[in-house]
Amino acid sequence: MALLEVKDLEVYYGVIQALKGISFEVNEGEIVTLIGANGAGKTTTMQSIMGLIHPRSGKIVYEGQVINGMPTHKIVHLGMTQVPEGRRIFSELTVYENLVMGAYIEKDKSKVKQDLEEIYTLFPRLGERKTQMAGMLSGGEQQMLAMGRALMSHPKLLMLDEPSMGLAPILVQQIFDMIKHLHSIGTTILLVEQNAEMALAVADRAYVMETGEITLSGTGSELAQSDMVKKAYLGV
Amino acid sequence: MEFISTLINGLSLGGIYAMIALGYTMVYGIAKMLNFAHGDIIMAGGYAIYVFLLLSGNPIVAAVGAIVMCVLLGVVIEKIAYRPLRGASPLAVLITAIGVSYFLQSIAQIVFGSAPKMIIVAQLGIIKLGGVTIDVSALITLACSAVVMVALTCFVKYTKVGRATVAVSEDKGAAQLMGVNVNNIITLTFAIGSALAALAALCYLLKAPSMYSTFGSLPGIKAFTAAVIGGIGSIPGAMLGGIMMGVVESICNSVPVIAPYTDAIEFSLLIIILLVKPTGFLGKKRREKV
Repeated sequence: MALLEVKDLEVYYGVIQALKGISFEVNEGEIVTLIGANGAGKTTTMQSIMGLIHPRSGKIVYEGQVINGMPTHKIVHLGMTQVPEGRRIFSELTVYENLVMGAYIEKDKSKVKQDLEEIYTLFPRLGERKTQMAGMLSGGEQQMLAMGRALMSHPKLLMLDEPSMGLAPILVQQIFDMIKHLHSIGTTILLVEQNAEMALAVADRAYVMETGEITLSGTGSELAQSDMVKKAYLGV
Repeated sequence: MEFISTLINGLSLGGIYAMIALGYTMVYGIAKMLNFAHGDIIMAGGYAIYVFLLLSGNPIVAAVGAIVMCVLLGVVIEKIAYRPLRGASPLAVLITAIGVSYFLQSIAQIVFGSAPKMIIVAQLGIIKLGGVTIDVSALITLACSAVVMVALTCFVKYTKVGRATVAVSEDKGAAQLMGVNVNNIITLTFAIGSALAALAALCYLLKAPSMYSTFGSLPGIKAFTAAVIGGIGSIPGAMLGGIMMGVVESICNSVPVIAPYTDAIEFSLLIIILLVKPTGFLGKKRREKV
């Protein structure tokens, strides 16, 4: 059974249809990526899954439970979270406070402490800067913080929305190394990316989105070989 | 010497404004709405003190009773009047708040009549230190507001829920992704604001023991001005703005030639400060980082 299953999802912004009935699934332990140009509906898909946007029709099933209509904070309690596009760290809180916010649903304080240490090991820069205001971090550090913050809730399903956006190539590489690492320790990942090349290289399976529809799907390497993807997204 | 007592009175009045301004600014920060009925929560607190004083004769019981009543009132107003409008245009919410304000004032007139009521919460007198004469009520107000400000600062900085309020005021969506129930945080904010309004009513009555249905209007609008001067949405800003407002008012009132223009001076201060610093003293200016 799929960990997450999206069925015939339709989303409207006013009269404009942003998602025209898309369906896909994410199995436990997979990295699945949604690639596509700006405005294809990738972020809308993510936000609908997290309950931040309410779809007009369709179904979102997580671990066999229909979750559309559920408030976002309850969905987080089910074991999924999202690193939103643009990172959206809390700039008025320190790095440490941001990470603790990530563990908001965790009641056991000693567990939180232990997890903090793990995050600092995973992202040493965050440990060095834990008392700094998060707004003072560089873009790359903010992305690390956003990922660390999401990991604090121990999500079974982690959704990453454009984690490489606006970052220098070396940082992009670091982010993708981290994604591979998280995958290797058993986190299921749904990745939305414009950087199709990198995304397809790490993904088990991929879906191509165009103006609210899924136009192509396959394994990461299959899509990387596809002429259509090559031409449209890989620039070769 | 007289200046020192003017200053102490100013600081204590500023403490009252700060407590009220905190209610405005926290609600604005969290719910992004201007709660124009906040002044009338102060009024409700005043009448609650009156009723509980009649019933018990004990000022402490009256204060606690008023705080509980105001918290309930604030939370109920939020649930009934504001929550259904979540996501509606800011104008609709603003007009609703003004409606709630008139509603509360009218209820107060119906129940308590339109003639002002004398409310002597406690006979406190004055103390003399050297050549300085100080009202005991001013000292109580100072202590009360200082405790409130320290407690609120600690709450925001050191508790999980406090941090969540900062997170929600900065980015509601991101806070929800942490598992924060935004509705609960909004309710809590209204509860805190209303409790502070009740305390403000108590301190105000110690100073000027007269109660009427528009009792909260002027302090409300002055505290709102203070919140904007300090930077609406900012907790330290509300404290700073409130205290400034109180000190300016007290100093202006102590000079007979200027005294009639006190209110005008206070509101002019708002205009001047906003011209120089449109976000207020400690208001936030957000910038995107790439």
